[in-house]
Amino acid sequence: MLEHQMIKVAVRKSSLDRRDFLRLSGLSSLGLVLGLGWKSDGQEMIAAGADAVTVKLNPYIIIESSGTISIMNPMPDMGQGTFQSVPALIAEDLEVSLEQIKILQTGGEKEYGRQTAGGSNSIRGQYQKLRTVGAAGKEMLILAASQRWKVPVTDCYASEGIVYHKPTGRSFTYGELAEEASHLPVPQNPQLKDPKDFKILGKNYPRPDVPLKVSGKAVYGIDVELPGMVYASAAHCPVFNSKLINYDDTETMRIKGVKKLVRFQRALGAHKYDAIAVIADTYWAAYQGKLALKTNWDFGGNDSFDTEKYEQTLRDMAGNEGQVVHSDGDFENAFHSAPVQITALYELPMLSHSPMEPQNCTAQWHGKDLVEVWVSSQGADRVKSEISKNLDIPADNIKVNILFSGGGFGRRLYNDYAVEAASIARELETPVKLIWTREEDTQLGPFRPPTFSAMKAGLAADGKPLAFQHKVISPSMGSTLEDKKDTSGESSSMTEGISTQAYELPNMKNEYVFSQIHIPLAAWRSVTSSTVAFAHECFIDEMAVRAGKDPLDYRLETLLTKPSDTKRLLLKLKEVSHWEKPLPDGWGRGVAQYEFFAGLGGYVVEVSSKDRSSIHIEKVYMVIDLGTVVNPDTVALQVEGAATMALTAATKSAITFKNGQTRQTNFHNYPLVRINEMPDVEVHIIAEGGPKIRGVGEPGLPPFAPALANAIFAATGKRIRKLPFNINQV
Amino acid sequence: MANISLTVNKKQYQIDADPQMPLLWALRDIIGLKGTKFGCGMAQCGACTVHLDGEAVRSCVTLLGRAEGQEIVTIEGISDNTSHPLQKAWIELQVPQCGYCQSGQIMSAAVLLRENPHPTDQDIDEAMMGNLCRCGTYTRIRKAIHRAAEIMNG
Ligand code: FES
Ligand code: FES
Repeated sequence: MLEHQMIKVAVRKSSLDRRDFLRLSGLSSLGLVLGLGWKSDGQEMIAAGADAVTVKLNPYIIIESSGTISIMNPMPDMGQGTFQSVPALIAEDLEVSLEQIKILQTGGEKEYGRQTAGGSNSIRGQYQKLRTVGAAGKEMLILAASQRWKVPVTDCYASEGIVYHKPTGRSFTYGELAEEASHLPVPQNPQLKDPKDFKILGKNYPRPDVPLKVSGKAVYGIDVELPGMVYASAAHCPVFNSKLINYDDTETMRIKGVKKLVRFQRALGAHKYDAIAVIADTYWAAYQGKLALKTNWDFGGNDSFDTEKYEQTLRDMAGNEGQVVHSDGDFENAFHSAPVQITALYELPMLSHSPMEPQNCTAQWHGKDLVEVWVSSQGADRVKSEISKNLDIPADNIKVNILFSGGGFGRRLYNDYAVEAASIARELETPVKLIWTREEDTQLGPFRPPTFSAMKAGLAADGKPLAFQHKVISPSMGSTLEDKKDTSGESSSMTEGISTQAYELPNMKNEYVFSQIHIPLAAWRSVTSSTVAFAHECFIDEMAVRAGKDPLDYRLETLLTKPSDTKRLLLKLKEVSHWEKPLPDGWGRGVAQYEFFAGLGGYVVEVSSKDRSSIHIEKVYMVIDLGTVVNPDTVALQVEGAATMALTAATKSAITFKNGQTRQTNFHNYPLVRINEMPDVEVHIIAEGGPKIRGVGEPGLPPFAPALANAIFAATGKRIRKLPFNINQV
Repeated sequence: MANISLTVNKKQYQIDADPQMPLLWALRDIIGLKGTKFGCGMAQCGACTVHLDGEAVRSCVTLLGRAEGQEIVTIEGISDNTSHPLQKAWIELQVPQCGYCQSGQIMSAAVLLRENPHPTDQDIDEAMMGNLCRCGTYTRIRKAIHRAAEIMNG
């Protein structure tokens, strides 16, 4: 077990010079790994492996002479399965089995490039590159063997970490060949395996993190423990942009275990928020100290912000002309001359990500200019760059250890808590673990942006569309987070997917109306598609109803006359959901799909209602189009999760403000769907190959709520245009 | 501060701590058993669920003073080698996503199965309603509990 020892070395050495630090950085990127072999008394492991020859075949593949094969995983795991699925891309073409490899997490080193899991990008972004890495490694090992045997390369092949000489059956393990192979040139165009020969990709391999996660052994950021570590609990002001005028720590200092207070700033995007941390020898004492702290804030007028007023502003702006993000034909003319005109306004709220593990980070300074952090994050590279920028130290002086994340959903793309911990630790002699409360996690953002959608359609007498408009009215993520004055570039991210659905809609003119806000906003699982898809797909349903057509047939026959991936998806949904089978009285079914940067998915939801008011979800069918699939079971699990998260977003929670403060604080007033509320989800995957690889983590989210609302309309005649709604009384 | 003796997973511990400190933080930060998780601190999420004299309790609101002298079992104590039927079923059905809630889920499910070896879906819903999962593993948890019941009943 190499993983734990390095970190122990790193923290034990009292006078670590820069070269040691960098050497250890390099090594312990094979180190501190995601729960494997983590022990609180790792001392006996320190010497292990010290004299074994370790060869880095390339930055991703490490083969020790002992035979241990390690694969570096650049994509943090927050529950989406990348701990296995990303290394599997290398293992397949390297010809090693998943049981043979040790998976190590990268720490933001430049050689690995992007190391951020977000945008459902881990597989689609790494597929070709990492398979090539594996294939190149295999070719080098085979070449090394053939040279040793002095036989033609073509007489050799590799399997399960061993190179064989076919005619004689002789063999070498990868461990025996690694040293020689590492001196060979790296093949630039190695031969990738034919998918029909895949042993790992496309199969339901059990994930190696699961046994750790059912036995309490998986190590999350919050579980890190270092010798001499102290704890921090921080006071942040729930009114954004407030300044800390002064504080009274008399009561705080009376609490046993409290050591001191540290003022610092929370850096989020371009924002700096005042905050103050209580340092103590247990978390409990630090937290008590924070509760006892009296703080005096200057709200700077931000205490007048109120969600109801803000939503009215958005509503009032629905008539404003916005930036045109798409224009085709003559919308105005076609709309006004259409025999049938429909308009509707859809309202989607702010949300908090609320991953189950509250934000936290452990940090330690080694001397004055080297800092090391242990953190649950979606991106080691981003942790590095944010600490570097905000603490003004070179990225090379920062060492990042990525642990398992107790959820991410976009929240852990923003590493404000890591910058906080590093700032606090700078004032201390010891390592410190900062843990946010659930209240801070719920109240402090960054939040999903609220979006309102003003929809218009003109229809011919036979229901054919003549004109279409989707106008998004909202604040924007980029401008609030980065405090940009110029918002002209914001429209594309805030109108995600609305102009690129496969639907054949003539005279379409889509717009974006920007609205100012001072609350920090950020990407939330499936980003803007998580809101605008609701408006888009419910409104398509409204058009179908007005046209007097079945909503699925209207999509397939009127809006999708040409072949497309969307049409294929909807046809598959029609088949697997038995769309044509009549439903009992009081039931209804609804359909929705959405295609956006992360991928393409669609749902059919069946609901029943005894009283046309209280809704029961009977059955959920989902189809996701991937092109290529790595682990089908992980895909199904991601979709089940996305549906659950979407149901929560549709029926449970919203973040709202009163007097400038987030009203919601914890799960009693920001509720999540519970087990008794979650129906079964039947997942079908379309993976027919081809060059396009689509994402997994997000596409299961956007189409769920519109399919549900469309089903509710079918069952009750009630059209839902504002989320969240009360599912027990629509 | 007081001297408090705790029995955790059949082992005795003497700790010096504030009797008002919730059991959760003593387990995690003093005794060093990190499998029990902090999610909300107010008995809303179940991530911190442990057994106190055989009952599932939320350790984030169970004061150390109350836990003293009782049998405490945490996720680390339910088996040595992931051999508990629930752990086997969880692995077989690949339940966890991020996994952060799963210690608590398993601890709640363990009490359910002990009391009710043949739970219905409704029994499961009732017993498991106190355990949130943000990742949305609920439907698999339901299936895995049925599967664990099968394993247990041979
Ligand atoms: S942490 Fe105890 S119930 Fe949430
Ligand atoms: S698996 Fe992530 S919260 Fe349940």
